[in-house]
Amino acid sequence: MTSQNDAFVAFEHVQKSYDGVSLVVKDLNLSIGKGEFLTMLGPSGSGKTTCLMMLAGFETATHGEIRLDGKPINQVPPHKRGIGMVFQNYALFPHMTVGENLAFPLEVRGMGKDERETKVKRALDMVQMGNFINRRPAQLSGGQQQRIALARALVFDPKLVLMDEPLGALDKQLREHMQFEIKHLHETLGITVVYVTHDQGEALTMSDRVAVFNDGRIQQLAPPADLYERPENSFVAQFIGENNKLPGVIEELTGDKALVRLATGELIDATAVNAKEKGGKTLVSIRPERVEFKAEMMPEGAHMIDAEVREIIYMGDILRVVLRVAGADGFVMKMRNTLGQTRLDPGQKIKVGWHPQDARALDPM
Amino acid sequence: MAEASTELLTTADGRPLKEALAIAQSRAKRRAFLLVLPLLLFVLLTFLIPIGYMLKRSVEHDGFARSAPALVEWFEANPGFDYANPPEEAYAALVKDLTFMQTEKLTGLSGTRINYTVPGTISLFKAGARAAKDLQAPYKEALLAVDAEWARPALWRGMEAASSKFTTEFYKVGTDNKLGDNGWERGGDKDRIYLYLFFKTFLVSGIITVICLLLAFPVAHLLAVLPMSRSSLLMILVLLPFWTSLLVRTTSWIALLQEQGILNDLLVWLGVVGDDNRIAAMYNMTGTIVAMTHVLLPFMILPLYSVMRVIPPSYARAARSLGATSWTTFRRVYLPQTLPGIAAGSLLVFILAVGYYITPALVGGADGQLISNLISFHMTKSNWSLAAALAAMLLAAILLLYWLYDRLIGIDRLKLG
Ligand SMILES: Nc1ncnc2c1ncn2[C@@H]1O[C@H](COP(=O)(O)OP(=O)(O)OP(=O)(O)O)[C@@H](O)[C@H]1O
Ligand SMILES: [Mg+2]
Repeated sequence: MTSQNDAFVAFEHVQKSYDGVSLVVKDLNLSIGKGEFLTMLGPSGSGKTTCLMMLAGFETATHGEIRLDGKPINQVPPHKRGIGMVFQNYALFPHMTVGENLAFPLEVRGMGKDERETKVKRALDMVQMGNFINRRPAQLSGGQQQRIALARALVFDPKLVLMDEPLGALDKQLREHMQFEIKHLHETLGITVVYVTHDQGEALTMSDRVAVFNDGRIQQLAPPADLYERPENSFVAQFIGENNKLPGVIEELTGDKALVRLATGELIDATAVNAKEKGGKTLVSIRPERVEFKAEMMPEGAHMIDAEVREIIYMGDILRVVLRVAGADGFVMKMRNTLGQTRLDPGQKIKVGWHPQDARALDPM
Repeated sequence: MAEASTELLTTADGRPLKEALAIAQSRAKRRAFLLVLPLLLFVLLTFLIPIGYMLKRSVEHDGFARSAPALVEWFEANPGFDYANPPEEAYAALVKDLTFMQTEKLTGLSGTRINYTVPGTISLFKAGARAAKDLQAPYKEALLAVDAEWARPALWRGMEAASSKFTTEFYKVGTDNKLGDNGWERGGDKDRIYLYLFFKTFLVSGIITVICLLLAFPVAHLLAVLPMSRSSLLMILVLLPFWTSLLVRTTSWIALLQEQGILNDLLVWLGVVGDDNRIAAMYNMTGTIVAMTHVLLPFMILPLYSVMRVIPPSYARAARSLGATSWTTFRRVYLPQTLPGIAAGSLLVFILAVGYYITPALVGGADGQLISNLISFHMTKSNWSLAAALAAMLLAAILLLYWLYDRLIGIDRLKLG
């Protein structure tokens, strides 16, 4: 992990307000290493685009400093920052052909015609669009426009590329394919990418690190696996992946092991994450695929609680079992659909449990 | 499946499908036609018929053909006679017709017709008709004794041409040609009023269009990028001229710009100009240009605005992020995308300016008159045919412009708001 000093991009105590009344970005501290693929993930209106716009130079930070390669860039106009950018609606110039679009950044840099042509050709080949050089953007499909936009952002060899929901307008299959291509380009070119998305799947599969935004703050900044498996607060736990929530009170706390008493009186095991005091309220979060219902799979001495099967949803590879647990419906357990899998029926009474480290006692929200 | 499509398809109750479809559609079509019928009639009555009538007037005038039956017959029987020396029979027919005109009160009408091509003939016809019934053979000497003008070859040429109902002579006059003793010829320098005025009208309209464009561009841009609340206020200011009487606005300009007006008073008071050489900005071409620019400005702003409004800001941002300065971004990315608006606004303003009448009439003075003022002048003088010919030439010029626009930019890209 990069320290604040040798970071390629650094936000330091950055705040942003559009109207002078409310802060859209509140005290943002973020450092991005050279060659890193960092994704900003968060719900709509959480300030992701605003951060990207500040980095690109289209918005000025109300407070704080942004540094690029060690130099403060608050006063540098956008065209001198040398940052490649891919927009959600692609923003390909409609009156220029694909070739002219790609040559544009090279032309404004005063590059000669021959050099321009080789670079444009190379960039187009890179995204497998070599045959489309004379088309106009309107004559391309969404996915093709996306590739051209990508090629245009890369053609002038920027060190840093920003992408604001670049795949938002594509269908699922194409999106997955483009995710792969973008990731591949990132690896072969060694560029630094700051990527904005709504889509957690996209964030988890592509990124080196993910910054989860909410309400103008980074809630957690971690590699994808950590984010999924070790969410630091209820927002992240809830936002990333599916999650069961059990509210309760901390009964016992030994190290980071917590015993939580639920509202209905049952005791469960959990790992204390940011619920640090005995008697405090907490929200225990458990991933559906980590819930067990066979006693032999549970570790010695772990608690199990009563559950009633409400519904079984067949999903092909897995079975989603919706349970009533601790007096509330909607507790989900995922069962692998294997040959010898135990059959459950609605109305059946079972016991469920989990490894203590899979249940995380978080802030009560 | 393939064989099913070749056999006759029928509806559930056994009627042929095509027939059923035609019946169903014809009802819808009839209803649609009835809905647009009032508009169609309106357009026909107020637009197509008047224009058609005008075009007809520009090539048709039976004032002489109707009043001079004997001469018409004689001209028909003697094509290519000697204009410089028409024979006695021609004069006999003329005197007969003049007598006819006098009794039927057609002198003015026929004189007016000949007057189009041979100026000064109305009085000649009146005097001739009054004297005609007392004239004795030989008619040539008798008529020439009344007025030697009757021997002018140009007059005989004019009468021969006017003996047919249809003619292109009004267009010849409208393009500064003159009927001389030896036939049609280019008018001398002092006679070249129409083409000069056409040229001047187009030039002034071009100047006004350019000024409008320069003024409208920033305003339209501001309208497009300002937040809604402020842009609607600005829009009201843009539309305000539409809600004020044209006459009031024009007279305000007179009050502002005339020699004893507010602007001059201010300049004199500031000592910029002396009291004895105040700027003449009214009742001349300057006045026409200023007032017309003001009147036509909204017609430039609105099409520009409607185009600019839908240009997403991300294009400019993309250009900037790709390394373009703000000027390059404007020139290479923004401006080309506003072209349909520029073209539409310019076309609209130019066409409106070319045909503008009221403002030049009010503030143009002698020097600021345009072709439409001359058309109106001929209409008041009852020279309907010449006025119609001039108007038709104007129409043709505008259609040509429209055609050019379609070829260069495409009429389907025309955006007016
Ligand atoms: N130009 C602007 N003027 C005023 N407020 C703005 C402006 N742009 C964004 N905002 C506000 O700032 C907040 C954050 O917006 P931002 O666009 O950064 O969100 P986002 O995280 O990118 O959301 P999304 O995922 O929907 O794109 C929102 O509440 C938005 O209303
Ligand atoms: Mg956004």
